[in-house]
Amino acid sequence: MAGKTLYDKLWDAHLVQQREDGSALLYIDRHILHEVTSPQAFEGLRLAGRKPWRLDTNIATPDHNISTDREERAAGVDAIPDETSRIQVKTLDENCESFGIREFKMNEMGQGIVHVMGPELGASLPGMTVVCGDSHTATHGAFACLAHGIGTSEVEHVLATQCLVTKKMKNLLIQVDGELGAGVTAKDVILAIIGEIGTAGGNGYAIEFAGQVFRDMSIEGRMTVCNMAIEAGARVGMVSVDDKTIAYFKGRRFAPTGEMWDRAVSYWRTLQSDPDAVFDKTVVISGSDIVPQVSWGTSPEMVVPVTGSIPRIEDEMDPVKRQAIEHALKYMGLQGGSPVTSIPVDRVFIGSCTNSRIEDLRAAAAIAEGRKVASTVKQVLVVPGSQMVKAQAESEGLDQIFIEAGMEWREPGCSMCLAMNADKLGAGEHCASTSNRNFEGRQGSGGRTHLLSPAMAAAAAIAGHITDVRSLKQGSMA
Amino acid sequence: MKVFSVHKGLVAPMDRANVDTDMIIPKQFLKSIKRTGFGPNLFDELRYLDEGQPGQSGRERPLNPDFPLNWSRYQGASILLARENFGCGSSREHAPWALDDYGFRVIIAPSYADIFFNNCFKNGLLPIVLNENIVSNLFCEAEQNPGYQLTVDLPRQRLIKPDGEELSFEIDPFYKQCLLEGLDEIGLTLKQADTIRAYEAQQEIRCPWLFHAIK
Repeated sequence: MAGKTLYDKLWDAHLVQQREDGSALLYIDRHILHEVTSPQAFEGLRLAGRKPWRLDTNIATPDHNISTDREERAAGVDAIPDETSRIQVKTLDENCESFGIREFKMNEMGQGIVHVMGPELGASLPGMTVVCGDSHTATHGAFACLAHGIGTSEVEHVLATQCLVTKKMKNLLIQVDGELGAGVTAKDVILAIIGEIGTAGGNGYAIEFAGQVFRDMSIEGRMTVCNMAIEAGARVGMVSVDDKTIAYFKGRRFAPTGEMWDRAVSYWRTLQSDPDAVFDKTVVISGSDIVPQVSWGTSPEMVVPVTGSIPRIEDEMDPVKRQAIEHALKYMGLQGGSPVTSIPVDRVFIGSCTNSRIEDLRAAAAIAEGRKVASTVKQVLVVPGSQMVKAQAESEGLDQIFIEAGMEWREPGCSMCLAMNADKLGAGEHCASTSNRNFEGRQGSGGRTHLLSPAMAAAAAIAGHITDVRSLKQGSMA
Repeated sequence: MKVFSVHKGLVAPMDRANVDTDMIIPKQFLKSIKRTGFGPNLFDELRYLDEGQPGQSGRERPLNPDFPLNWSRYQGASILLARENFGCGSSREHAPWALDDYGFRVIIAPSYADIFFNNCFKNGLLPIVLNENIVSNLFCEAEQNPGYQLTVDLPRQRLIKPDGEELSFEIDPFYKQCLLEGLDEIGLTLKQADTIRAYEAQQEIRCPWLFHAIK
């Protein structure tokens, strides 16, 4: 019999019941809740007179539509200016209070974007099944969790039963061998992968990212990669456990200690695909060929190397794709054939569950240090992913580097990644953004998003247009 | 959950690939704490010429005359024809809630994003997968014939065209059962409470650290 993949092992370890019709009951170890996709689930529980199955597996925090402005945040939940946002955040507080769920409140240490605060608190740990009503839950796969986004009906189902009714996915191996060049980051790797396999390439699959490039990558970099598995269509993206994984969790707030830690570690070390494991599909990419990436269009697969040009409609033969390119060029206000570095930038956003961890901020600060934001750029938002990231960055003086460069240092939250709060683009504005989606209107109605790495975003802020970060001399921090 | 068995309805086209859930229901409407009322804001940015805000009445807003759902021939449509990878992006269940609230009962496309596909079944909405060429033909027929209707027979897994031609489609038996009977999934799972508890007891021996409370 063939060996098991990492996904097979995690699936088997959490299988409560396999049914004849192909569906299964899968046990959930950690459920993370936020204000946007949970209110209807709590209401459903109340209407049916049901209680959470296990309170202690749930953890909650507000992130999607809270303000990132220092004064507005300091004024507290009751002072959130937008009434619907205020009701939503208060509803989360009330639901957590009445059901007894541990919530890290808006201004409490520990609060942050769900996929930043979960790992840094050790609330999500290797080998766990982790779900959240948010498609970027795959982030937690970076340390061998079986983690994925769910809808609100499933949020209610997990609250009530601790299980998910689901079907097993297929296995996809994405192997990136070799070494990355200078100035090429985790974000560039995942954007290049999405460009290669397409935004539906991973539909129906759980992806395992393997190869030298991921072995060399930090846990934070692996989180950036797994975070965007969904942009390749896959709900799940994973990397197996190694020494870096173990070291990352040692001493985290909710990580086990003492003898329990040793037992956990010996189990975590088994979280690898067997050498003879069989994958349904394999994609191999050479790491040394990857250069910094930039998205030009309105789907994450519409991505080109920074050295490249915006595609021309006439070069595409497939009619559906042609139509997509035509739509995208029109929406983005771009000319096919022009170099991607010719795109001017109106605003810059450094943040989101993809790129708001301390390493991301260090990378951006290394470019910003001793430089000034171009006069044509209206705003540069730097939004740390959590209260802990914010505190760490401030202790390293990164906030001062950003402020001196002419950037705004904000409070933690999802911010301009999806523009549910006041941080948004105006119609027609181009934004160099470290977030994960460049859909039409995603960052504000009519806004035009260019996805790239934190270093590339900082470089765009300085240059006033998309630019190759490798052409900038790094500051003293590099 | 709503029961789905046989449905006959008007077909409307949404002729673009990779329609994402931000497009189906933009983020400003996600601030609602209800499951209903999203219909007027379905495809908001494509449907209206101004920027929509929660709580605003759709009737006074300027409609985009180029958007098919605004055309009189597609008023009352309940079957949406779509292209590949429909519903990609965010996991927001507000997307199927908006489609349902607008009046759609069926979507027909060559493929769907996984989370959206799953969310449809939780809301009595049937996402049918058909081969790309067949979907392209349906687009042509719906566009060429005003008032084009299809009958969807879920028990027999058939799509019946106006001329009587039948197309068969595949559906997962579990999902089919849920739609046909309008099953309460939570109620069903809770019938397995003893099995879940037995799993927990075993798992607590294997991985005791998973049973340490978050405090």
